Amino acid sequence: MARLPRWLILLAVIAAAFAVLPLAGLASRANWAELPDQLASPASRTALELSLRTAAAATGLCVVFGVPLGFALAALRGVTRAVLRAVLLAPLVLPPVVSGLGLLYAFGRKGLLGETLDAAGLPVAFTTAAVVLAQAFVAMPFMVVSVEASLAARDGRLEAIAATLGAGRSRILAAVTLPGIGVAVGMGAVLAFARSLGEFGATLTFAGSLEGVTRTAPLQIYLARESDPQAAVALGLVLVALAILIVAAAARPGRRVVQ
Amino acid sequence: MKLDATVAVSARGVNATLSVPAGETLALLGPNGSGKSTVIEVLAGLVQPDDGRATLGNTALFAHEDGRMRLTEARRRGVALVTQDASLFPHLSVLDNVGFPARARGVTKARSRIVAHEWLERAGVGDLAERKPSSLSGGQARKVAVARALSSEPKLILLDEPFASLDVDAAVALRALLREVLVGRTAVLSTHDGLDAIDLASSVAVLDRGAVVEQGPTAATFERPRTAFTAAMAGLVWISGVWTSHALTLADGQSVYASGRGLAAGARAAVAIDPRTVKLVSGDTRSAVHDVVKTLEPRGDGTLRVRGSLLWADVSIAEAARALPHVDDPVSFAIASRPLAYAV
Repeated sequence: MARLPRWLILLAVIAAAFAVLPLAGLASRANWAELPDQLASPASRTALELSLRTAAAATGLCVVFGVPLGFALAALRGVTRAVLRAVLLAPLVLPPVVSGLGLLYAFGRKGLLGETLDAAGLPVAFTTAAVVLAQAFVAMPFMVVSVEASLAARDGRLEAIAATLGAGRSRILAAVTLPGIGVAVGMGAVLAFARSLGEFGATLTFAGSLEGVTRTAPLQIYLARESDPQAAVALGLVLVALAILIVAAAARPGRRVVQ
Repeated sequence: MKLDATVAVSARGVNATLSVPAGETLALLGPNGSGKSTVIEVLAGLVQPDDGRATLGNTALFAHEDGRMRLTEARRRGVALVTQDASLFPHLSVLDNVGFPARARGVTKARSRIVAHEWLERAGVGDLAERKPSSLSGGQARKVAVARALSSEPKLILLDEPFASLDVDAAVALRALLREVLVGRTAVLSTHDGLDAIDLASSVAVLDRGAVVEQGPTAATFERPRTAFTAAMAGLVWISGVWTSHALTLADGQSVYASGRGLAAGARAAVAIDPRTVKLVSGDTRSAVHDVVKTLEPRGDGTLRVRGSLLWADVSIAEAARALPHVDDPVSFAIASRPLAYAV
């Protein structure tokens, strides 16, 4: 690589410091000796477990529904595709509180589908299911973009060859296309899980903050930040560690996309 | 099974008609860009034709009828394709690539692997079974692709430029394999090399700018090409004219002496000559053909191609050194042995 100009290095150092300082701030407030005890407190443990369970469930929804949506989007052309993509990916940039409001007016008791869901005995708002829905809503676009982009990079030749060898559509999808975009699906799942784990605004708005039911780790941190800052910091550090692990897993160097 | 096809793809300027007798191999011969791959891909079902029809045995591959194109899905055609890049599935082992068609027929994985092993052994690459496609050489990958195509038990096998970009040893090995496995199979093999046709195909269809300009048994087609294009693909000088008792009279009135048993005076006829038997001679030689030099092309094999507007000669460097003509100079060609003229 060519030698970089000094002013650029200086700006890069400032940017790096900006990224690292908040983590250092968290670490500086941690009571490392009591960290295990704080994490073992019922409130923290319950919140963390709920977070992991709901994020896993939301990621499952993203795989089951987001992958087909990515395929469908990739099959479209022109303006339809551009418009549909813009609408479907909006949750990526929507303020989470707006997403929460939307979910409330769609699936809440007085929402579009509220009565139907109630009648079916499936009230959603302010339940754990609402947490999962909120997370899936904001995380789905990661899977959709990931799948759509990796499909756009394929020329369909292997699929065509598979057809000449007698394979039907479902077999081609399962045995040729999906393995070919496996890395992209994995990446989408990792990012969706990370986004779900960090979900706060939509969850609070749509699901509320009920201990053991809808109070995920981010909500617990927010709640404890004044009453018990040490516990908030401890839980925060766990999320930091998870985030770094996830990013490292997703961007492992030398991992090549199989095509 | 017999193949009869007319393939038209107007966007690519292709409108080609060809037929392959059951159990025989047809070489689809033409230079790059002549439409070989398009014809192959249409037959395989990868590219949609906009006109024409094709039948393989009793099945229609596609047919343009009442203004509508009826297509049989690629997977129901029984037509296997070996592409230039082998198109192996990168995430599957060599064994599972070859077992793929059996799996698609609903055979269990274990059983498909037994079948795949047999085909790999027949292709002489049984030792590659556990390898991933990315670790294969070009020649190995193409042999595996041939094994995979055969394992689909196709009624027609298509080979798109099977020797393209292979080194000499790999090409020799693949050629030996194809010579063996194509026996008794209906096959179409595209190539830009006449030698592939002689070696592997009983008949040849010559493709020029999307159209088949000539089709016939390989040997006869190359010995007596009916177009300058086919002659050029066969590496022959081709001269056509009108037969007059013992010579071919060219458009400019010159004569090329030839034997033409059975030819009627006034019939359109042609001779096809090995350019190495054409010599440069001095201008007053009787029976010489007088021409003007258009290009001088070094051949790389120690000969120089002196190309005139009517015919050309491949002369040795020594001969060229004795009397090197220049572009636009007059030149006289003599044909060493009296060629055979035939009706065209």
